Amino acid sequence: MKDIIKGKVYVLGNDIDTDQIIPAQHLVYSLSDPVERKQYGRYALSSVPDGHAGLPAGNIRFVEDGEYRSQFNIIIAGKNFGCGSSREHAPVALNIAGVEAVVAESYARIFYRNSVDGGFYLPFETNEHLFKEFRTGDVAEIDVKKSAIMNLTTGKSYHLNPLGDVEEILSAGGIFAYARKSGIVR
Amino acid sequence: MGMTLTEKILAKHAGRGHVSPGDNVWIDVDLLMTHDVCGPGTIEIFKKEFGAGARVWDREKVVIIPDHYIFTQDAYAKRNIDILREFVIEQGIKYFYDAGSPDYKGVCHVALAEEGHTRPGEVLFGTDSHTCTAGAFGEFATGIGNTDAAFIMGTGRLWVKVPPTMKFVFDGEVPPYLMAKDLILHIIGDIGVDGATYKAMEFAGDGISMLSVEERMTLCNMAIEAGGKNGIIAPDDKTIRFVSERSKRKIEAVYGDNDARYESVKRYNLKGLEPVVAKPHSPDNKAVVSEVKGTRIDRCYIGSCTGGKVEDFRAAAKILRGHSVKVDTFVVPATTEVEKRLKEELIDGESIYSILENAGAKIAGGPSCAACLGGPPDTFGRTDGNEVCLSTTNRNFPGRMGSKQSQVYLASPLTVAASALRGVITDPREFL
Repeated sequence: MKDIIKGKVYVLGNDIDTDQIIPAQHLVYSLSDPVERKQYGRYALSSVPDGHAGLPAGNIRFVEDGEYRSQFNIIIAGKNFGCGSSREHAPVALNIAGVEAVVAESYARIFYRNSVDGGFYLPFETNEHLFKEFRTGDVAEIDVKKSAIMNLTTGKSYHLNPLGDVEEILSAGGIFAYARKSGIVR
Repeated sequence: MGMTLTEKILAKHAGRGHVSPGDNVWIDVDLLMTHDVCGPGTIEIFKKEFGAGARVWDREKVVIIPDHYIFTQDAYAKRNIDILREFVIEQGIKYFYDAGSPDYKGVCHVALAEEGHTRPGEVLFGTDSHTCTAGAFGEFATGIGNTDAAFIMGTGRLWVKVPPTMKFVFDGEVPPYLMAKDLILHIIGDIGVDGATYKAMEFAGDGISMLSVEERMTLCNMAIEAGGKNGIIAPDDKTIRFVSERSKRKIEAVYGDNDARYESVKRYNLKGLEPVVAKPHSPDNKAVVSEVKGTRIDRCYIGSCTGGKVEDFRAAAKILRGHSVKVDTFVVPATTEVEKRLKEELIDGESIYSILENAGAKIAGGPSCAACLGGPPDTFGRTDGNEVCLSTTNRNFPGRMGSKQSQVYLASPLTVAASALRGVITDPREFL
């Protein structure tokens, strides 16, 4: 687990569901095939309505045509991020596109659990309406130990909720690594 | 302090006398279900983590039901079912309902119930968010991702945080113009799509006792649409009868304590409720039908785990009988069993199947999830433009049924059937 995550932010609103994160027609690619799995990066966040894609302006592609990785490695969103389907392809798609941290006001339960147990990135929660404080393309720095995010573009700093119970699983790298470390599986 | 039904099931499976909301516990799993979309990824992680020669923890407790991408020419989708087949043979999995074989069933949540895999007091996990459907049988059932499913495959266990329980009580009798879909859309509209996040939703009251087992499944199915961890209904005679007709195993029903603590109790008087829709693009975007009647629609869709059961088609057929639909109406029976019963069950001497057919509905060639979640471009009923669709399914997110430009309204089969006859959103009371 990194101590500092720095990069460009992509801003989304409330209730971003997993169909928007990775549309169902793309759930067919192999995750173990190194070439095929890139498709998940290519279509990450491709079903977000254009006007809501990259707030506040909208109409900003998360991944450019023909690319598999995003120029944005931090996502900032409102409440209930990842609602809907249990498809683990959703957090995987964000991971393949290069996301290192998501900061949301709240998460849907299964999505949060998948993010943690797969160890795909750090899912932070915050009590602040950060999606109104950041603009897509701003540069941010997350200090993981201090549970804080700074908008380097505006110079303002914000508090994040501590990772809490799940920090042990995230720092181990996921549920399997954690279970081995704690003797639950051999 | 007593425990709710959900707490008691979790305590029993954790080997503890008592659990409280917020406790993290490791529980023993009775059944793991997976399908063609998430099965291959789960198998991959299982092999990576437990070794190429690993065996599943119990070959009779892993149930595999391909149902999502069945009637498609998509090569990747076909390959995913091949991966399931190989795994089933390698592991000696007992319950596999293979596509293209006489064992094929269709939509996993309905098939699980029909085949006797949903039992009171048990713990069921599935790699599908609508696994919560099985809470209708008085069990703890919830959706998980591939990593968690792979963990269960190898160990038969998983950690869970015990959820607090929200109780929803329906007083009075269910009037003929309301269905379980109306009840759950009312709840979701009231508490929002994250109103029950991390929580158990328990449904009770005289109205719930009146509902058939299938209707109870519709109710629990959409607990996830309010963010719920599980939906649950205490078992009664109807539950026990349904399960004992399909499963030979001894039923060990669990009931909540009288002094259980609920996080909240919300009561509904059924007499005061009206038919309702969820407007685009969120299941909590509630409007009573009278507010939106006359809204033009391009197509109707009756199908899925929540809206493609016999009772759903029976309700639609009551309205469609002897009339013709004005807009394309796609019909997708959830399972082969549903399809068979539609051909057998008669309303005034005519089978439900032929009533639907004679009304001009387009009936799918076979049961599957079909366009409920869009799917590959050749999926039956998939939206591909700016269609306005009125559907008995459970989600109307942007792009959910295929096209990002289409708009989906959710409603009961009664409301969908009435609207299909007019080509605009219509109150089913006009036909009842």
